[in-house]
Amino acid sequence: MTHILLRHREIPDINQLSVYIKNGGLAAFKNAVTKMKPNEVTDVVKNSGLRGRGGAGFPTGMKWSFIDNKNWPHYIVANADESEPGTFKDREIMEGNPFQFLEGLMIGSYAVGANAAYIYLRGEFWEIAEALDAKIAELEEDGYLGDTLFGTDYSLRIYTHLGAGAYICGEETALLESLEGKRGQPRVRPPFPPAVGLYNKPTIINNVETFTNVPMIMTNGAEWYKSMGTADAPGVKIFSLSGRVRKPGNYELPLGTTFRELIYTHGGGVQESRKVRAIMPAGASSSLILVDDDNILDTQMDYLEVRKLKSELGSASVIIVDDTVSMDWLINKTVHFFQHESCGKCTPCREGTYWMSHLTERIHSGQAGKADVDLLLNVAKQMQGKCLCALGEFSTMAVVSSIERFREDFDNVVKA
Amino acid sequence: MLSKKYPKEVKQILSKYPPEGRRSALMPLLFLAQREEGYINKAAMQDIAEMLDITETEVAGVVGFYTLYHEQKEGKHRIQVCTDLPCALRGADKFMDDLCGNLGIKVGETTPDGAVTIEAVTCLAACDKAPMFQTQGPEGIKYHENMTVEKTLELVEGLRKNTA
Repeated sequence: MTHILLRHREIPDINQLSVYIKNGGLAAFKNAVTKMKPNEVTDVVKNSGLRGRGGAGFPTGMKWSFIDNKNWPHYIVANADESEPGTFKDREIMEGNPFQFLEGLMIGSYAVGANAAYIYLRGEFWEIAEALDAKIAELEEDGYLGDTLFGTDYSLRIYTHLGAGAYICGEETALLESLEGKRGQPRVRPPFPPAVGLYNKPTIINNVETFTNVPMIMTNGAEWYKSMGTADAPGVKIFSLSGRVRKPGNYELPLGTTFRELIYTHGGGVQESRKVRAIMPAGASSSLILVDDDNILDTQMDYLEVRKLKSELGSASVIIVDDTVSMDWLINKTVHFFQHESCGKCTPCREGTYWMSHLTERIHSGQAGKADVDLLLNVAKQMQGKCLCALGEFSTMAVVSSIERFREDFDNVVKA
Repeated sequence: MLSKKYPKEVKQILSKYPPEGRRSALMPLLFLAQREEGYINKAAMQDIAEMLDITETEVAGVVGFYTLYHEQKEGKHRIQVCTDLPCALRGADKFMDDLCGNLGIKVGETTPDGAVTIEAVTCLAACDKAPMFQTQGPEGIKYHENMTVEKTLELVEGLRKNTA
């Protein structure tokens, strides 16, 4: 299949401006600014059925249409915080095909009437931020960014902004707080960012991969985009495949591709030809899918079908767990991650992840009794539905699903 | 004073944000303050607080919140190994143990010559290229992927020469 996002895999040097332009790049942006009204751009994206690729899967065009046109100026922010354990797709886009991402951000900026766009990158993406700064400077020199673009009255500037190590900043309101120079702690919603966002102004925030789809949609049309994927989830998705597979990596595939195709056709199968025991389709935030029946691998990876397995597709960071892994070890890892990353603002998450981490540590070290496993499940369930943002909720997913679906692993390590 | 030492950088950072968003310059200014010594001292926090017209407590609150800011002088270079679930499924814990064993230090400690501190960190978005780590030091942050202990020890030797 020819890639539409990871195009650098077929077109060498597409990260060079001249090569990007030669391959049709920036025509969609110029066309939008000179020939289309902003709401017409939004309509194309809406009709394409594109859904946010950061994890929540919210329809992108609909989000753009929520921007408050009574309050100005507007801002747009690209979420390049990519921090979910198991996700590494935005990095490859920004390194390999940066101009397509930037053009998507530029088209989005025009659609929502923003004259300033920020790219919020996790602090570890220091080198990527430097590279993007150079690309942005080239776009300015060539007249694609700056004042009165193409002789219209539309102006646009893009700035990169580095975080400094905090998973929570991928949550969009925590990201805005961080971008404002504060601790990255989520805001109480409503109001939502399209009404009150950066500097209390209307703001649209989308994931890097979401933006990267936009130039191709504008060039080829909404119908073309909808011809890929499923009716509910059109288009392609980058699946970040990791864990115990032979060939981990990013695979751009239509939404609705099966787990089997991803793991065996693309990922080369499980290491040492072992069995898939569990799948975490949304990184560390996943409910574990119990693979006790081979047919489960034929499930299509889209939002609806994965939900039927009592999990979520999320950002499609698919972690493969084989039969060498014990779940008491696995959740000890995930819970420590969330305990470390909890921002401390709301009590259920701050205290819940803390106590869960003590319990998972104790269980994993063989010091716990059966009652501790029940207590852990109880703490996790008490947290659910009570946290200010999704982080607290996510921290319970692997805990609850592994105890309910892989209880024998816990019975094996607790004292009688 | 940051604005005396790096006038060009400070001006460039402040130019990125609108007047009502001046405080947004805080995080990039903290990176700048940390550039040479690898940590942010109290004087730098005071200086930045004055520059942005916020309190020192607000600055300290941000420094304490984010893991890439440091308040204490440690090794000139930090080797930050990801030991999160996806990397651990590909041998990151064993890599960490072997690396520490070879260097004769524990996680969180610094080599006696002050060249390198070893830290365990959370996901760095390189799950398919584990074992991996980033180095944080005067040159900024760099990724090192598909690493072995041997390759890492060679890198450490290079960093030592750079420190001496």
